[in-house]
Amino acid sequence: MYWNTFRFVVFATFFNNLLGLLLAMGVNRAMPSIIKYLLRTALFFPVLTTTASLALVWNFLLTQDRGVVNYLLQQVGLPPVPWLSSSSWAMVSVVMFDVWRACGFLMVIYLAGLQAIPEVLYEAAAIDGASQLQRVRYITLPLISPTAFFAIIISIIGAAQVFDNVWVLTGGGPGDATRLIVLYVYEIGFKRFEMGYAAAVSLTLFAILVVLTLLQFRLSRRWVHYD
Amino acid sequence: MSMLQDASPHLSRISRFFQTFRVFLGETVIWTFLIVMAIIEFAPISWILATSLRNPSESFKLPPDFWPTSFHWQNYLAVINSPQINFLLFFWNSLKIALITTLAQLLTCSMAAFSFARLRYPGRDLIFFLFLSSLMVPATVIMIPTFILIRMLGLLDSHWALILPATTSAFGVFLLRQAFMGIPSELFDAAKIDGAGYWRMYWQIALPLVGPALSALAIFTFLGSWNNFLGPILYLRSWDNYTFPIAIVMLSGYMGTGNRAHVLAAVMISILPVLLFFLMAQRFVIRGIAVTGLKG
Repeated sequence: MYWNTFRFVVFATFFNNLLGLLLAMGVNRAMPSIIKYLLRTALFFPVLTTTASLALVWNFLLTQDRGVVNYLLQQVGLPPVPWLSSSSWAMVSVVMFDVWRACGFLMVIYLAGLQAIPEVLYEAAAIDGASQLQRVRYITLPLISPTAFFAIIISIIGAAQVFDNVWVLTGGGPGDATRLIVLYVYEIGFKRFEMGYAAAVSLTLFAILVVLTLLQFRLSRRWVHYD
Repeated sequence: MSMLQDASPHLSRISRFFQTFRVFLGETVIWTFLIVMAIIEFAPISWILATSLRNPSESFKLPPDFWPTSFHWQNYLAVINSPQINFLLFFWNSLKIALITTLAQLLTCSMAAFSFARLRYPGRDLIFFLFLSSLMVPATVIMIPTFILIRMLGLLDSHWALILPATTSAFGVFLLRQAFMGIPSELFDAAKIDGAGYWRMYWQIALPLVGPALSALAIFTFLGSWNNFLGPILYLRSWDNYTFPIAIVMLSGYMGTGNRAHVLAAVMISILPVLLFFLMAQRFVIRGIAVTGLKG
C-alpha cells in the first residue's frame, strides 16, 4: 500500500507539475485572445468534471479489446497494451489518468505565478541579448519558484489522497497493484469496520505528509527565491 | 551573441539565418506541444459527446468518432427516465447540497475572513494560524473521526452529513482574508467617520469589493460538492438520498455491463451545469486561483 502510494505520488506530482509549468508557459505567450480562450478552456476542462465519471469514461477508453486507445495505438502500428488488466500497466494508467485530469489545474496555478513576473525583466534581458532559453533559465524559473513550491506541496498532499481514480478505474487491482492508502483506509474502516485500525493507518499517512512537507520547507531554502 | 555580432558581415548573415531558423523551430515545437496537449485533454470529452449521441448499438464502434455524427437524443431521455436511477431526484439532491454548501461557505467564510482582516481582538492571529494549519491536514486523516462524529449526531444517511462538514472551510477563509487585506484601509476609516458599524462595513464596503474572490470560492465550493464521490458513498444508505455521481456509477452497472451510450449521456448531463458556470466566470476562476496561489 505505502509503496503503491509512494510511487503514485512521486510520478503524479512530477508529471503534473512538469506539464502544468510547460503548459502555463505556452499559454502565457502572446496570441490572439480567441485562441488563448479556446486553449485554456480545452486544457482546463477535465478539472471541471466529476472525477468518478471521467474515470468511468477512461475505463471504456482503455479496455484492452476494442478500447479506443488501443485502437489508435494499432493505427500507428503499436501493439495493444493491457492498460488495466496487467499489474504493471495498471499503475501507469492510474498515473496517466491523474495527470490528464489534474495538469490543467496546475497550469492555472503556474499561469497566475507567471503573470506576476514583471514584463520589464524580459525586455531588459532581450536587450542584453539573452536567448529565449536563457530567459527561461535565469528569469522565469527563479521567479516562479515560490509558486512551484506551493504547487508541489499542494500536489503531493492531493496525490496522497486520491480515491475516486482507483475506486472506479481499477478498484485497487489487479491484485493489489493500484491499492492506494485512502482506498485501503476505506476498505478497512467501512467494509471490515475496523475503525481504530483504519484511523491508525490514516495517521501514518498524515505523519508521512508532515515529514515530507517539513522536508520540502527545508529544501526550499536552496531553490526557492522570494524576490 | 555579442561575439557573433563582431564577426564579419558575411558570417553574421549566416548566424542571423540560423537564429531565425532556431526561432522558427522553437515556435513549431511550442505550438505542436500546445496543440497536441489540447487535443489529448479535450478528445475524450468530445468522444463522450459523440458517443452519447449515437445509437446505443453503435457505441462500441471503431474507428471512434470525435464529433457527433448522429443525434440520438433518446439516450438523454433514457437517462432521465431510467428505471435504474431516479434521475430528477438524484440530480435535485446533488444540486440542493451543492447550492446550500456554496451559499453557506460564502457567508461563513467571508464573515470569518472579515474579522481576521479588519477587526482587532486578542488572540486573533493565533486563531487564524490554527485555521491555516488545518489546511495542512489531509481530508483522508479526518475521514474516520468525521464519520464517527456524524454517526454520534445521528445524521447518517441524511444530506446534513454532507452539508454540515462543508459549511465552512479554512481554504475559503484564507482566500477571502487575502482579498479583504487588499482593500485600502482608508475606505474603512472613511466609513467609520461617517458612522458606519462593522456590519455595514462588511456588507456594503468589503463584500462588493471582493467580487472575483467570492466567485472563485463559489465555483470551487460548487465543484467540490457537485463532484463529491467519497462523501455520498460513506454517508448515504438509502435510495432516495443518493446523489448524481453515484447514479452515474450505478448506471454503468456491475462490471460495466450497463448501456454505454446512456452512461455517457449521464456524464454529459453532469458536466453541463459546471460548464455553464465556468464559461460565464472563466476569468474570475483564474484570477481567484491567482489570489490563493501567490500567497501560498
